[in-house]
Amino acid sequence: MANLLIGHVFVKMFKTKALIRLTSLVAIIAWVILVFSDVTVIYSDLKSLPPDIPTWLPRLMLDIFIVSLFYHYKFRIERDESLNFTDLLWKVFATGLIATVVSLAVRLVLFLLGNTTLASNILFMDIVYQITLALFINFLLAAFTSWKRLILYQKSKWLIRAWLVFELLLLSILVYDSIHIVISETITTLAIVIIGLLGLVLSANMRWVAYLNFKQKWTSLLLLLLSIFYLFYFLYSVTMWSDQISQQSKIFLDFQSHVFNIALLAFVLTYMTFSFLVILFNLPTSSVFEQKLEEVVNFQRISQSIQTEQNEESVYNILLESSVSSVFADAAWLEIKGRENEQRLFTHQITEKETKDIHAHLEKNKVKGALEQNSDKTKNLSKHLGSLKSTRFRSLLAFPIKVKEETIGTLALLKELPDGFNKEMTRIVSAFANQAGISIENFRLMEEAFQNARYKEELKIAKTVQKSLLPAKLEQDADFEISAFSASADEVGGDYYDTLRISDHEIALIIADVSGKGTTAAFHMSQMKGIFHSLAQQGPSPKDFMAKANKALVYCLERGSFISATYFVINTKTKKIHYSRAGHCPVLYYTTSTHQAAYLKDRGTALGMVRNNDYCNFVEDNEFPYATGDVMILYTDGITEAKNNKNEEFGNDRLAQALQQNATKSSKEIEESVIEKLYEFSGSEDINDDYTSMTVKFR
Amino acid sequence: MVHIKRLQEDGIDILSIVGEIDASSSIELDLAIAKSVGEGFKKILVDCSALEYISSAGLGVFMSYIEELRDKKISLVLYGLKERVFNTFSILGLADLLNIRSNRQEAKTLVNELSV
Repeated sequence: MANLLIGHVFVKMFKTKALIRLTSLVAIIAWVILVFSDVTVIYSDLKSLPPDIPTWLPRLMLDIFIVSLFYHYKFRIERDESLNFTDLLWKVFATGLIATVVSLAVRLVLFLLGNTTLASNILFMDIVYQITLALFINFLLAAFTSWKRLILYQKSKWLIRAWLVFELLLLSILVYDSIHIVISETITTLAIVIIGLLGLVLSANMRWVAYLNFKQKWTSLLLLLLSIFYLFYFLYSVTMWSDQISQQSKIFLDFQSHVFNIALLAFVLTYMTFSFLVILFNLPTSSVFEQKLEEVVNFQRISQSIQTEQNEESVYNILLESSVSSVFADAAWLEIKGRENEQRLFTHQITEKETKDIHAHLEKNKVKGALEQNSDKTKNLSKHLGSLKSTRFRSLLAFPIKVKEETIGTLALLKELPDGFNKEMTRIVSAFANQAGISIENFRLMEEAFQNARYKEELKIAKTVQKSLLPAKLEQDADFEISAFSASADEVGGDYYDTLRISDHEIALIIADVSGKGTTAAFHMSQMKGIFHSLAQQGPSPKDFMAKANKALVYCLERGSFISATYFVINTKTKKIHYSRAGHCPVLYYTTSTHQAAYLKDRGTALGMVRNNDYCNFVEDNEFPYATGDVMILYTDGITEAKNNKNEEFGNDRLAQALQQNATKSSKEIEESVIEKLYEFSGSEDINDDYTSMTVKFR
Repeated sequence: MVHIKRLQEDGIDILSIVGEIDASSSIELDLAIAKSVGEGFKKILVDCSALEYISSAGLGVFMSYIEELRDKKISLVLYGLKERVFNTFSILGLADLLNIRSNRQEAKTLVNELSV
């Protein structure tokens, strides 16, 4: 598709180039025929012979010459989008310059020839005349096409139609000229009057002038002036030659009898003169226009600043600069109440001390609401500055800056002149202040969005941290096998399990659940891991472990946060399990001898709930023997509290049942069956809490 | 969602919790207790008979007040807990730390005894 498009553009470019060449070739051929035919006609006239060629041929050739040149410029100038106003004028000027230089060269040749017979030969004079006329028409058509673009710069339907009528009328005149039949004097006059009026009306379209800046205006004036000069030079030359020739022959191609040429000349000259005058008179006001343009650019800068700038400060600085440059203020300052209500001051060409002086002065004079943050009206406070001697400023203008209907700051502009601000300036700066308010609001909204994104990113990191805190490998022993399962919900929870070998016959196990979610949960979980790995190594009794862990955790758990945990030490020598439960879900234990799965009964308070040494009174040491085939399941409340679509909980009974039915299998298989039951029950893969379990099978 | 009603009776502030307390609604429980404490009540009863569920965050709220209540000599008694809710308290070991009674009368008696 893109290739096709590019291809199309290439073909079009190629076509345009070919057309430009073709039209110039046609024009040259037509002109050559024109010259020969005209010379022949004059020659026959001089010798009073009937001409070999029809007398209308020169006129026809002239028409072809004009039409092909017209199209030549249409393709060269009208279709070229890259040309701006001064480029167009330059094209006209350049064509005029080349034509003039060529014409002058011809004159030089004539001068060198002196008073020879050739120079006074009428046929030779005709050739010279034809050359000059061709150059002249060339120049006129180039100007005509350029004027068309300038006139149609801001098109309207009406304007396009008027122009079309104008061109058609010109064409009809051209045809009328060549057939050389006088239809009626009145019709001819009427046509000329209509063309003249239409030309005048069209010439009034000068909107492009307003878009020129000061420098471009000067350039345009110069180009136009020189073009007018060329025009008059050619007019003079062509008239001179034709007068000389007409003294000897009457039937040569006299441009003065060619209405089209006259009409074209009149139009080109009129528009040239109009443009020149309009630009000239627009020169003094061009600075105003440029000022307006700069305001628009400044405005854009403020509104774009949120996309490109890194912080609010840039918005403030742009606002300050833009306002100062738009109203020619001598100094300015900007007071802003930041997001944390802190006051900030931005100054331009004024010291902080001066602003404080002015502040103090206004306060002393009880100027109400002048620079107060909650003033919602733009105020011209110039009159109050008159009484402040220490300042060089005599005009002051203050504007509120609002974000979400709340005034967050004040923009103050100062001038050394008294009454330095007019209504226009007030309006402009007020618009700036409004725009800045919007920009700041947008900026703050964006910042919030960033914060949210950052929070999400943080959660992601927390989740990775949480995952990495869980052991990759669990301690195994000849006496038992352990498998573990963990699945987490979208939110980061704080489920933790781990194993550690204390000695060749003692292995420590832990399962814990940190209250709360998110990054803090992951953080507390990592603390729990640290405590487990450092304390368990020393082989304390489970109760001792809990007491020490509680002591350590009290310092880092905030009020209301706690960790529930169960800590086990499996002794393979004595075949006993020694454990302590601190607020965690009761242990599910399957005894092979009775074929019963039951929850161990004991008491214990979660870590972090009791913040003093009394804690050891709230946890117990428990001990019981294990036998081959026994199974122990450690889990978190996510499993027992998992809900189905009827809002029922999975519960302790279903868990115990699942274990009892699968107790003879390996630890991995038991775990898989339990998880399968769980998912079957909840009826969905989406979990709303963390599922964590650790299954120990003794052998 | 949770709704907490407050009612004063014989100088006792009674907070009735209706609904479920999870991480987000635990803030309301926190605010209600804070208000009661802030208003200077020395006896607070928490009616949990309409409390359907309490998450660990909700338990955290009760837990976080234990020390403050002891320091300010304020007695707080919970009553009417459903079995499920009571289990949550007891598994975490909070049942040992808080005063829990089965009905309003017992709770009232206890709160009066405690503040003597």
